[in-house]
Amino acid sequence: MAEMDTSGGGGHKKGPGVKKGKKLSTRVDLTPMVDLGFLLITFFIFTTTMSQPTAMKLFLPKDADKPEDQNKAKESGVITVLLGKDNNVFYYEGQLDNSASNFKSSNFKDIRGVLLDKKSRTNEKDLVVIIKPSSECTYRNVIDILDEMSINVLKKYALVDILKIEEDLIKVSEQNATGAN
Amino acid sequence: MGRAKLPRKSTSIDMTAMCDVAFLLLSFFILTTKFKPAEAIAVTTPNSVAAKVAPDKDFVMVIIDKDGKVFLSMDDENKKEFIANALNNTKNLNINVQAFKKANFFGAPLSSIASFVALPEDQRKGGNLPGIPVQDTANNELLTWMRLVNEAYQGNKAPNLLMKGDNLAKYPSFKAVIDAFKKNDFLKFQMVTNPEAVPVGTDLWKANQTGEKREE
Repeated sequence: MAEMDTSGGGGHKKGPGVKKGKKLSTRVDLTPMVDLGFLLITFFIFTTTMSQPTAMKLFLPKDADKPEDQNKAKESGVITVLLGKDNNVFYYEGQLDNSASNFKSSNFKDIRGVLLDKKSRTNEKDLVVIIKPSSECTYRNVIDILDEMSINVLKKYALVDILKIEEDLIKVSEQNATGAN
Repeated sequence: MGRAKLPRKSTSIDMTAMCDVAFLLLSFFILTTKFKPAEAIAVTTPNSVAAKVAPDKDFVMVIIDKDGKVFLSMDDENKKEFIANALNNTKNLNINVQAFKKANFFGAPLSSIASFVALPEDQRKGGNLPGIPVQDTANNELLTWMRLVNEAYQGNKAPNLLMKGDNLAKYPSFKAVIDAFKKNDFLKFQMVTNPEAVPVGTDLWKANQTGEKREE
């Protein structure tokens, strides 16, 4: 392949006495070229972006001004997930107790188990997940928890503003957690 | 002790075939590669299992950078012209409409948007720009922007409303953006993310295995 036919064109014979030029090998060492080729390949592999960004859809509910227009959810089917700072997750089922005894702390690894557990215990129609991001949590946390909804095929969920009590509770629990460490 | 001499074989291999393969791959990668356009605003998007490819035409994108600053970007020049004119008419901002049309994104308070578009393109970089003020609920300027976008697209097909947020952006900015969307009746939007594999064994994974169509 890398050789060329050097046996002289035409085929006419040279006369006697004419010296034949020494045949030089046209074989080229291709190793450096291969090296270069692979170098460029690696470059393009690393710079190329094969994965295009994807988009996740989010539908917002229209703000209901009157309390009677708002969607009602069964207390037994509700789980509220609160997002704190430093990837902390808190949750409670149903209504928050006065003594906050059902306020539990979790993290992004364990929340899937919690949600699945809740899902298995409740009627599918009644199950509603309420997501309340606190002002300390990041955009990534919100996307992660929304993603968790689609991973666990939870159809009903809502992004709701956090209440002052809940924000305070998060702060207290976070302080306790850091104090314990 | 006579040892049988092994005939010495040449160690040089014919590299031609390997060279061919290398360059074939090289041409493939050169042709498929699409260089990322240098982005004025650096945003690292979070991952999600969403499988739909983000639209890159006819979009209105709200960008939230890592400090929670908000920028607006859109691709349709006619709509931008409309917005520039509307701003000039209602608020007397003296915006240079041509420069406004050419700007890729907007990220300044309305009062200084004229000087923002007057800046040369290469100085308009995310880090030192003010962004559109959103944090103050009483004066959420994104509301005005979204209202103008709404007016610009009146009677046309609604644009693809995208939101591109940085991992580290704090929730209040996100909330402010959502509020601006809601108040202008933009109730459907898409968030730009990086694709991620669905964790094995989860319900969504099972649904995908059985070939069920995913609800987007």
